[in-house]
Amino acid sequence: MGLHFLPTDLLFLGTLMLGLVYCRNVARDPLARARWAKVLRSVGGGVASLVLALHVTVAVLDSVRVQSENEAPLTLLDHLLTPLRTGVETTYSAPFSTHAYARENLESAPGTWVRDYPRLQFGGRHLVHPEEEAAGDIARRSLRGAAIGLASLGLLTLIINLVRRRPPGRAWRQWFEPAWRWHWFALGILCLGVGIVGNLAGGWHVLGTDKVGQDVLYLSLKSVRTGLVLAVLASLITLPIAVVLGILAGYLQGWVDDVIQYLYTTLSSIPGVLLIAAAALSLDLFLSREVGALHSLALRADLRLLALCAVLGLTGWTSLCRLLRAETMKLRTVEFIASAQALGSSPGTLLRRHLLPNLMPLVIITTVLDFSSLVLAEAVLTYIDIGVDPSTESWGNMINGARLELAREPVIWWSLAAALGGMFGLVLAANIFADTVRDAFDPRLDPAARGTHGLA
Amino acid sequence: MALASTHTGDDFVTIWFLRRLAYVLPILLGVNLLTFALFFVINSPDDMARRHLGERHVTTAAIADWKRAHGYDRPAFINADRSGTAVVTDTLFFTGSVRLFSLDFGRSDGGRHIAWDIRQRMWPSLAIALPVLILELIIAVPLGLAVALLRGSTFDRGLTLLCVASMAISSLFFIIAGQFLFARLLRLIPISGFAEGWGAIKFLLLPVMVQVLAGLGARVRWNRTVFLEEISREHVRTARAKGLAETRILFGHVLPNALLPLITTIVVTLPGLFLGSLITESFFAIPGLGSYTIDAIQNQDFAIARTMVFIGSLLYILGLLLTDLAYAWADPRIRLGSG
Repeated sequence: MGLHFLPTDLLFLGTLMLGLVYCRNVARDPLARARWAKVLRSVGGGVASLVLALHVTVAVLDSVRVQSENEAPLTLLDHLLTPLRTGVETTYSAPFSTHAYARENLESAPGTWVRDYPRLQFGGRHLVHPEEEAAGDIARRSLRGAAIGLASLGLLTLIINLVRRRPPGRAWRQWFEPAWRWHWFALGILCLGVGIVGNLAGGWHVLGTDKVGQDVLYLSLKSVRTGLVLAVLASLITLPIAVVLGILAGYLQGWVDDVIQYLYTTLSSIPGVLLIAAAALSLDLFLSREVGALHSLALRADLRLLALCAVLGLTGWTSLCRLLRAETMKLRTVEFIASAQALGSSPGTLLRRHLLPNLMPLVIITTVLDFSSLVLAEAVLTYIDIGVDPSTESWGNMINGARLELAREPVIWWSLAAALGGMFGLVLAANIFADTVRDAFDPRLDPAARGTHGLA
Repeated sequence: MALASTHTGDDFVTIWFLRRLAYVLPILLGVNLLTFALFFVINSPDDMARRHLGERHVTTAAIADWKRAHGYDRPAFINADRSGTAVVTDTLFFTGSVRLFSLDFGRSDGGRHIAWDIRQRMWPSLAIALPVLILELIIAVPLGLAVALLRGSTFDRGLTLLCVASMAISSLFFIIAGQFLFARLLRLIPISGFAEGWGAIKFLLLPVMVQVLAGLGARVRWNRTVFLEEISREHVRTARAKGLAETRILFGHVLPNALLPLITTIVVTLPGLFLGSLITESFFAIPGLGSYTIDAIQNQDFAIARTMVFIGSLLYILGLLLTDLAYAWADPRIRLGSG
C-alpha cells in the first residue's frame, strides 16, 4: 500500500493547492472578499459553484492513486465505485436492463441449447424473476436513496450551522431566508440525486454498459477528471505567459512591446484548430519516440493528456495577453500609479502593489470564461484523433465511440447521452459561474475577448 | 506632427494603410517559420520519406531519391556548402516560403497539384460557409436587437438563458443529433456525402442547419451586448431626452454605430469561410478545404498543411486590415489625420 501519482495528478492537485492559497488571500482582502461573496450569494453563481464543487470533488478523488499489491494503482474514486468498476458485462446493455443486448447460445437444460438474451453478470443479478420484480426493486432502491440523500442534507445543514455557530434548532429557518433559498434547494436536489443514483448503482447499470461491458456511469464519472484536468492545466500554462508578456508589453512599451505584439499577432493569425493539430501531432510523435514502450500504458496516456494541456495552453494565451497589454497601458497613465512612480517606488513595488491587484479581475474573468471552451474543445479534438489517448476515459472518447452505435438496431443511445449530458452539466455550470464572476468583477468587460478555443 | 499636418486626410489614411500592409510580411514569415518548426524539429525529412514510401523495405537510396524529388534534400535554414546569399536562399525553408509568398503552392508530398486541389475544393466549403454566414446574420442580428431593446423583460431573460444553455452544448451534439433525427429516423436527407451541381443541396441542408444552430447562442448574446453598449451611450440618451421617436433613435443612432462591431465579427470569420469548418466537413464527408486540411495533417503531408496555414493566416491578417480600414474610415479622428 502506498500513494502513487501520475504527472497530471500532481499538477492538478498542486494547482488546487494554489487555489486554496488564493482563497486565503481573498479572505484577508476586503475588496476581493466582497466580490467573491457577491458571486456566491447570487443564485446562478451559488448554484453553479455547488455543481462545480461536486465535480472538483470527483476529480480530486480520481487523482489520488493507491498502489496495492499485484495490481495497477487504483484511484480513491475507483475504490469508492468498486461495484461499478468490477461489475463488467460482456457487451452492451441498456440502462436498468437485466439482460444483455445481444443473443448468445445458452444451455437451458443439460444438452439443449437455445439462442436467447443472457442475464447480466451485475445488473439486476439479485432478482429471481427480473420481469416482475424489476420495477419494485428500482422504486425501493430509489426511495431508500432519497431517504439517505435527505438525511445527509439534514446532516449537512447541522454541520453548516455548527460551523457558523448558530443554534441547531433554528436550522430550518435557513430555508426561508430569501437570499439562500435557492442555494438550499440546489443542495437538496444534489443530495437527493447523489443518494438515489448511488443507491441504484449498487444493483443496476443506471446508464447501461458500453461495447466492452463497462458501466457507463463509471466511465462518465471518470471523464470528469479528464475534462477538469485539461481545462485547469491548460489555464495554468496560459496564465504565466499571458500575464508576464502582457504586463511587459504594456509597461515597458518600445521595442519590447513591438516584439510581443508581433508574437501574439503571428500566433493568433494561424487558424486555431490547425495550430493545435500540428502541435499535438508533433508532440505525439515526440512522445512515441522518446517515451516509447519504456513505461506503463497509464503513464503514456497521462503524458499525452499533459501534452494536450501544453498545446492548448501554449496556443491559448494570445487573447488574455492582448487584453492585459491594453489594460496595463491604460493603468500606466492613471494618476495614482504615475504619482507612485514619481515618488520613486521601485518597479517591483509598483507591480506588486498597484498593477497586479488592478489586473487581477481581468485575469480571473478571462480564465473563467475560457474554462468551458477548453472542456468543449477536448471532445472535438478527440474526434479528429488529436485529443486524449483512446485509453483515457473522456467524454470525447465516449462520443467518438458512440457514432457507430447510433447506426445499430436497436439504437444504443446511452453512452452518447451520458457523455453529452456530463459535458453539458459541467460546461453550463462553468458558463453561469463565469457570467456571475464577470458581473461581480467588472460589468463592462469587452465580450469579444471570449474564448480563444472557439472550435468548429 | 508637422509632417502629418501638411497631408490631407486621404494621404494620411494611405500612409497609415501602407504601414499596416508592410506589417503583414513579417507576420506571414513568422507563421511560416512556426509551421516549419512544428513539422521539422520533431519530424525529420527522413521520417516523412519513410512514411510516404511505406515503413518497410526502404533503402537509404530510395529515401534520398524521394527527398530530392520533393525538394527536402536541402538543409533546413543554413546551407554551409554554398557561398554568398545562397547560404540562406538555397535552403528548405527559403525555397518553400518564397514560393508561398508568390502564391505558387507547388505539389503536395503525395504528388498532387495543391492549387488545383484548392480550386476544386473551395466551392463545397463556400457552399456551406456562405449560407451559414447569411443565415446567422438574418437570425442573430434581429434577435440580438430585440433582446437588447426588451432588456430586463421575461423575453430577454428567457432567451439569454436559452443562449447560455445552448452554448454549453457541444457542437458534436448538434451534428450527431441532426444526422440521427433527419437522416436516420425521418429519412429526409442522406447522412453524409456530396454531389456535383444542384444535387448538392440535399447534402448541404443539414451541415448548414447544424452550424447555424451551434453558433446561434454565442452570436445572439454577442449581438445583444453590442446593441446594449450602443443603447447605453450618452448620445442615445441625449436623443431620447430630446424627445426623438424610438424608431428614429434606433435607425439613426444605434444601428449605424453597432454596424462596425458587427462588420468586425463578419470579417474575422473570413478565413473560416474559405477554410471551411474542419469538423463539419469531416463529419459530413464533404470534399471541402476543411477536410483537405485535416487529411493532410493526419497524413503528415507537410506541403499541404503549410499551404493551408499560410492561406488561413493571410486571410486572417487581411481581415484584420479590412477591419482597421473600416474603423479608420468611420472614425473622424483617423480619417481627418489628427490622431
